[in-house]
Amino acid sequence: MAIYSTNEFKAGLKVMLDNDPCAIIENEFVKPGKGQAFNRVKIRNLKTGRVIERTFKSGESLEGADVVDVTMQYLYNDGSFRHFMVPDTYEQYQCDDKIVGDAGKWLKDQDSCIVTLWNDAPLAVTPANFVELAIVETDPGVRGDTSGGGGKPAHLETGAVVRVPLFVQQGEVIKVDTRTGEYISRVKD
Amino acid sequence: MLHVRAQLFADIRQFFLARGVLEVETPVLSQSSGTDPMLDFFTADYFAPPLQQRLFLQTSPEFAMKRLLAAGSGPIYQIAKAFRNGEAGRFHNPEFTMLEWYQLDYRLPQLMDEIDELMAVLFQRHWPLAASQRISYQDAFQRYTGLDALTFSYQDYSRYALASHLPDAISLCGNDHGLWLDFLFSHKVQPQLGEGAVCMVYGYPSCQSSLARVSGLNPLTTERVEVFINGIELGNGYYELTDAKEQDSRFDKEITIREQQNRPLVAKDYQLLAAMEAGLPECSGMAIGLDRLLMVMTQSASIDDVLSFPLHRA
Repeated sequence: MAIYSTNEFKAGLKVMLDNDPCAIIENEFVKPGKGQAFNRVKIRNLKTGRVIERTFKSGESLEGADVVDVTMQYLYNDGSFRHFMVPDTYEQYQCDDKIVGDAGKWLKDQDSCIVTLWNDAPLAVTPANFVELAIVETDPGVRGDTSGGGGKPAHLETGAVVRVPLFVQQGEVIKVDTRTGEYISRVKD
Repeated sequence: MLHVRAQLFADIRQFFLARGVLEVETPVLSQSSGTDPMLDFFTADYFAPPLQQRLFLQTSPEFAMKRLLAAGSGPIYQIAKAFRNGEAGRFHNPEFTMLEWYQLDYRLPQLMDEIDELMAVLFQRHWPLAASQRISYQDAFQRYTGLDALTFSYQDYSRYALASHLPDAISLCGNDHGLWLDFLFSHKVQPQLGEGAVCMVYGYPSCQSSLARVSGLNPLTTERVEVFINGIELGNGYYELTDAKEQDSRFDKEITIREQQNRPLVAKDYQLLAAMEAGLPECSGMAIGLDRLLMVMTQSASIDDVLSFPLHRA
């Protein structure tokens, strides 16, 4: 794997740090006029999701990490593992709950999502930014209410619970932003 | 931004004209270079067959200006391009513009007075500076870290690093006092200096200054001052060393360090040493990075915002 010097640390670069794959978020060159040059680097541990700050002497280097984001189709959940497939190659990957994490509540069979692979093993799953899911359970709406004003919880087919306006009914399909977990709109057939 | 820069240069020239300080120009390309182990220089090949020579782009106009001082120029200033290899970031562009000036018979307190007067004039067009502050390096270090900058204690420094979530400092700095000071000062002290005001830090530890005089009051410190506004380092000044022998031995010391670190070889400036031998007058000198000053004046986030074309577009 390639070796990267502090000069090449750019946002998004994947490197190995303390034996874990990490992504560079930010890299600031710090140098007193008459002193040692440092690079203060903000870095995300891709295994734990934690963000840490590290300082390197300028010119130091880290080994690159073989981390790639692959768009896959979510196939099914067999109870202990969720299965994904690369549409072009039919290659399949399985992920346990620890890897899937919060993404699980947005995953519907056949939907596309992003699986992050490290040395060809799944590291994390990211759902699409917007998903369309059916409401399986919510209180009946109050007639005449056409918008906002509080809303009510709605249980979706994948297990997620989001707040929806009062006029949205059970059985309807809605569009949700998975980054915020917020209701966007109803989806009309 | 072009207009702001032009106005800044005009104000600087007006300021020094009124004080009888002469504007000079010295070569950017030179046969010798500084020896500072922390600075990397650019070189250029001069080619006039059969002559072939490697020349250096200056990292500051200091040496040439000192030769003018030794030749009897009187007080001088210059707005010059300086070049430092490998320095690029939010506050660094490898090619930058520097204001450098020298006043005869000035000690640091007078130099600091003049810096205050200059900044007051230059900021008039931008935003009002709060009252200027002066603090010794030791006091600043004490205030923001609780550590003694002049006496190195591996235990105290490491304990502080752990407590302030900088564990990487310990493996990075080890027993190198100078490196610890650079690390902790740039991470913990500098960001606090000069909020909305000029803050001048003086009395730098001896291990941190190559061209300043050792202080008569405390031999652990030197007659060096650094200027900060909003936690950004703007410039550096010295009560200049005039002893040619002492200068020569410091050059040699730095050249040895460069060799140990496998840094590119440098050519010692014998012309500067000869000039100092002939007699450099008692003086203080100050250098200010004008691009960073423009950043602070216009509250820009990156040096790229104040340059016509930063390196990657030059």
